[in-house]
Amino acid sequence: MGSYVPGPLQIFVSCVCFVFEVVVVVCAFRAKVLRRYLPLILYVTASAVIDILRYRILYSCGFTSQEYIYFYYYSDALLTVVLYLALISLFVHVFKELNAEKYVIFGACLLLAGTALFSYLVIQQSSSMLVTHFVVELSQNLYFVGLVLTYVLWGAILKLRETRAQLVQLVLSLGIYFSLLAANYAIRNLYPPVSSIAIDLLQFLGCFLPIAWSYAFYRVPKDARLEPATLAVHAR
Amino acid sequence: MMAAIILVCSLGSLLLFLGSYCRSLIASAANERLPLEVEEITGITRVASPEDFSRVVQLLHLCPDRPEDRGQLRAIGVYYGVLGFLRSTIAKVAPSLKSWADRERAQCTYFVAVALGRRIAFSRDLLAQQMLP
Repeated sequence: MGSYVPGPLQIFVSCVCFVFEVVVVVCAFRAKVLRRYLPLILYVTASAVIDILRYRILYSCGFTSQEYIYFYYYSDALLTVVLYLALISLFVHVFKELNAEKYVIFGACLLLAGTALFSYLVIQQSSSMLVTHFVVELSQNLYFVGLVLTYVLWGAILKLRETRAQLVQLVLSLGIYFSLLAANYAIRNLYPPVSSIAIDLLQFLGCFLPIAWSYAFYRVPKDARLEPATLAVHAR
Repeated sequence: MMAAIILVCSLGSLLLFLGSYCRSLIASAANERLPLEVEEITGITRVASPEDFSRVVQLLHLCPDRPEDRGQLRAIGVYYGVLGFLRSTIAKVAPSLKSWADRERAQCTYFVAVALGRRIAFSRDLLAQQMLP
């Protein structure tokens, strides 16, 4: 875990991100889809609340304080778990018509427990800061699991001919977000010298999801339909 | 080794999701009819030409910016660039890929033309608000 601290640009980007998180909630409320996508809205709300708390700690304890760094990584792990649950809720939407929600939820819980166990096994040799290493490891592993699950979900959408345009856009934007984050983590592990640039990029990547979801709730009508088979990237 | 595998997988899936996401944006605009003034300015009616993309983008930049469509236009710009790269490299040995890339690029142009129509309407609203006493 480094002693990374945000500069003015990162603070500006965080503010933009926060604004779009609020926009997502407002647009979802306006589009009357709050209940339909409640776990997603909860994630965005949690993210906005954590943004505020981070800044509160930032201004009271300082950029380089242990409090801020710990809160940053712990809250990041919490948000990752909530995002994972939001992704599972999208699975439930897609598999609802097959009456397979119970199996999806059971499988998701099993996978989450498995990922947590794997993360623990990876870091158990660390003699100090075991919990801190665990939350960082868990976040990284969950991002990759999230990417794989989004890939599976996209396959299911194509196979089951899911046509809800809003749902399709939410899933695809989640896929892009997870891919970007997983690539970012992999680059940091592969090329440690570019680690600082990759960490700076994380802030920008964080804005993608609120912007894409704002668009999905603002521009795409809740009952709009499209043909996902035409969206699969292949030459016809 | 593990990090390299994750990097390759994530970049591959990024391309797949980005492509599909851009196509979902294009699909949402494909059914929208262009306003008359956009048809007159751009010469596009129902089918756009793939080569018109940069010309329509230039026209778009003449209108006041709308923050709502900035991200989508950027995504479509990237998608158009990737398609152009595909067309000038891999598609040279696969003619079917070339015609597919051209169809996609034409749809990108149509998407930008739809955005141009929205910007013109937006400018008109701004002007109307300024004219109000």
